[in-house]
Amino acid sequence: MRIGVYVCECGKNISATVDVEKVVDYAKSLPNVAASRVYKYMCADPGQELIKKDIEELKLDKVIVAACSPRMHEPTFRAAIEDKGLNPYTLEIVNIREQVSWVHDDKKKGTKKAKSLVKSSVMRSALMEPLDRKKVGVTHKALVIGAGIAGIQAALDIAGSGYQVTLVEKTSSIGGKMAQLDKTFPTLDCSACILSPKMVEVGRNPNITLIANAEVEQVDGYVGNFKVKIKKKPRYVIEERCTMCDDCVPVCPVIVHDEYNENLSPRKAIYIAFPQAIPASYIINPDDCLGIDPLICSKCKDVCGPEAIDFDMKPEIIEDEFGAIVVATGFDTYPIENLGEYGQGNIPDVITGLEFERLISPGGPSTGDLRRPSDGKLVKNVVFIHCAGSRDPAKHLPYCSKICCMYSTKQALMFKHEVRDGTAVNFYIDIRTGGKDYEEFYQRAAEEAKVIYIRGKVSELIQDGDKILVKGVNTLTAETVELHADLVVLATGIIPSQGTKDIASVLRLSLGINGFIKEAHPKLKPVETSITGVFVAGCATGPKDIPETVSQAGRAAVRACNIIAQDEIEVEATIAHVDEILCRGCGICVGTCPYSAITLIDTKRFGNIYKVASVNEALCKGCGSCAAACLNGAINQFGFEDKQILAMIQALGEE
Amino acid sequence: MSYDYIEFGDTEKEFTSKIEEISGQNIFSCYQCGKCSAGCAFSNLMEKTINHTMQLVQLGKKEKVLQSNTHWVCASCLTCTVRCPREIDVAAVMEAIREYTLRYEPETIERLDLPEELLKKIPNIALVGSFRKKSEL
Repeated sequence: MRIGVYVCECGKNISATVDVEKVVDYAKSLPNVAASRVYKYMCADPGQELIKKDIEELKLDKVIVAACSPRMHEPTFRAAIEDKGLNPYTLEIVNIREQVSWVHDDKKKGTKKAKSLVKSSVMRSALMEPLDRKKVGVTHKALVIGAGIAGIQAALDIAGSGYQVTLVEKTSSIGGKMAQLDKTFPTLDCSACILSPKMVEVGRNPNITLIANAEVEQVDGYVGNFKVKIKKKPRYVIEERCTMCDDCVPVCPVIVHDEYNENLSPRKAIYIAFPQAIPASYIINPDDCLGIDPLICSKCKDVCGPEAIDFDMKPEIIEDEFGAIVVATGFDTYPIENLGEYGQGNIPDVITGLEFERLISPGGPSTGDLRRPSDGKLVKNVVFIHCAGSRDPAKHLPYCSKICCMYSTKQALMFKHEVRDGTAVNFYIDIRTGGKDYEEFYQRAAEEAKVIYIRGKVSELIQDGDKILVKGVNTLTAETVELHADLVVLATGIIPSQGTKDIASVLRLSLGINGFIKEAHPKLKPVETSITGVFVAGCATGPKDIPETVSQAGRAAVRACNIIAQDEIEVEATIAHVDEILCRGCGICVGTCPYSAITLIDTKRFGNIYKVASVNEALCKGCGSCAAACLNGAINQFGFEDKQILAMIQALGEE
Repeated sequence: MSYDYIEFGDTEKEFTSKIEEISGQNIFSCYQCGKCSAGCAFSNLMEKTINHTMQLVQLGKKEKVLQSNTHWVCASCLTCTVRCPREIDVAAVMEAIREYTLRYEPETIERLDLPEELLKKIPNIALVGSFRKKSEL
């Protein structure tokens, strides 16, 4: 056994708190160590060459690198030793940066800890065995969940690379929140005008299978081979037959709130979400309809010329396999009901940003004249309250929702374009315009449209006659201020959508502290998730504007294609394995495994049939939960065998 | 803590647009960075900072602007104008406020109201000058 120990200085990152020379000298005294060296940047080419040269000249068979976290450079050094014929799984990384130098100040103690960790790794290294990487086949097809702008873009980009992609949308039409917007910042493009070409392309592209009005119910399997169950709810209108003639709508006797218009206008039980909806077909909402039963009411069916209405449609379960999944389940806005001091939704003319979009939209409830919800009067002065629910760790959302400064500015500008002699006042804490051309847009709103910005948060909104009394502050003039507004728009923050929460539990994705899906790395793996082969795009990971969402969707698509383009991919080698002789078939591991990778199978022992645990090698992620839970010590994990771990603990216990 | 009621009636709008007209500046360009106040050599003598004055002009607060001595303390050294990141000629705005006072809120000087003692001390040119600027004739 010949072990080489390589200690990295990482510039001053490590050497400032760890006496690397002492660690190197100490390592030389440890059993089986044939070489011990220090280098300024072990990850740099000369550092790697040092290791490679030693493997050749000193005939090393194990390598230990004491440097940063294995999350950083384990792949680098594994490749380096593999180059010289060593098994990549015989590499051992000692993390003396994140776990020593960065968390300690005392150089003496730091050095001592680094020595102990190196010693424990030398003990483990001697017991490490070569492992084989297993390969599995790949389904050349991707699944995109959620068809807002993120999902649409991801699906288009995957399809554009020539792969089959299935796009699942929960509501009756694709388009998401962007379809509800009137205009977009900072160009004031009409939202529908830039979105609908993409929506049409989704409907037209032969590589895209669109399943609307459906939800992903179950996902099993693993990267390259996800088995997915999709529940398609009945539409009660045959998509291919519906000609969108609108004959069914006037005869429908049921009137309900229209969700697309943020409940500000009525719709019927049979409806189409909006004129550009894709799939281009009407739908009957069974919760609104009198009964989906011709005995109760069949007015729509009676007038439908092309006989598109089918009351006998049943929910359909679609089962399919995919190589990769993109989650694009979007956001909701912070509920106005939580904002007590702003009326909790009880003041009719205090509305959310999304409601404002509908009110000012020509396709909205007041066909573009900005009329307020209470009495339908035209609006002369509007107050926009930024950070409604955002940047409020005490009671609401701790984070900045990122887009509200811009969308309030956009709405103020749209209002001024609509009502030239009106006034628009923005109450803000900070104006955050971090985006291309955003600052210019904000300056344009102030300069050209004379939108007023007052720095200070509004404390209370009170209905005062037919106006709303706004009690605020101007922190720049150090005055409390009051004014009366016709309409108040709350720039409510962004929260993870219900769909995001649901899909996270179906896929077992890790969530961050605010409920958004957690990225594998906040900077360098922004679309990767805790599960290999599952990617995420758009507001499901946190507040984002449209350009950022579109670029992220593109990256998620590329990462999905990286997988589905291959014929086979390597899976984790450090998986669990069962010693059948020791296993007593209690099944504790089966319940412990978060990936459903363990089942109990029958085995013959001395002529009798026994139940024993069995690990599905493709499903196992190597988390080690089962190995820790097993009462008999029958489960071990390759690369983390009990004997190796115990040797480490023993070494750490010795002085 | 002082209090203010904000409204954008004719008085407010008139004041703001008059200052804009006289100065030729877009008052709404000001985003309250405060660099004008920070660099002003006489800000220690001003009752309100310059950016505070700018904000009050945006809000049409005529009384508050005119009551303050800020625009009178301004020496028109143009430091604020040179340094303003939004290219506002701040000194021109200060001048516009002074102009506004003279045009619309003239304080007239009556010869007979001046005490004899003062008349003995005051130089002729000052008297003539102030009559020119501050008389109804």
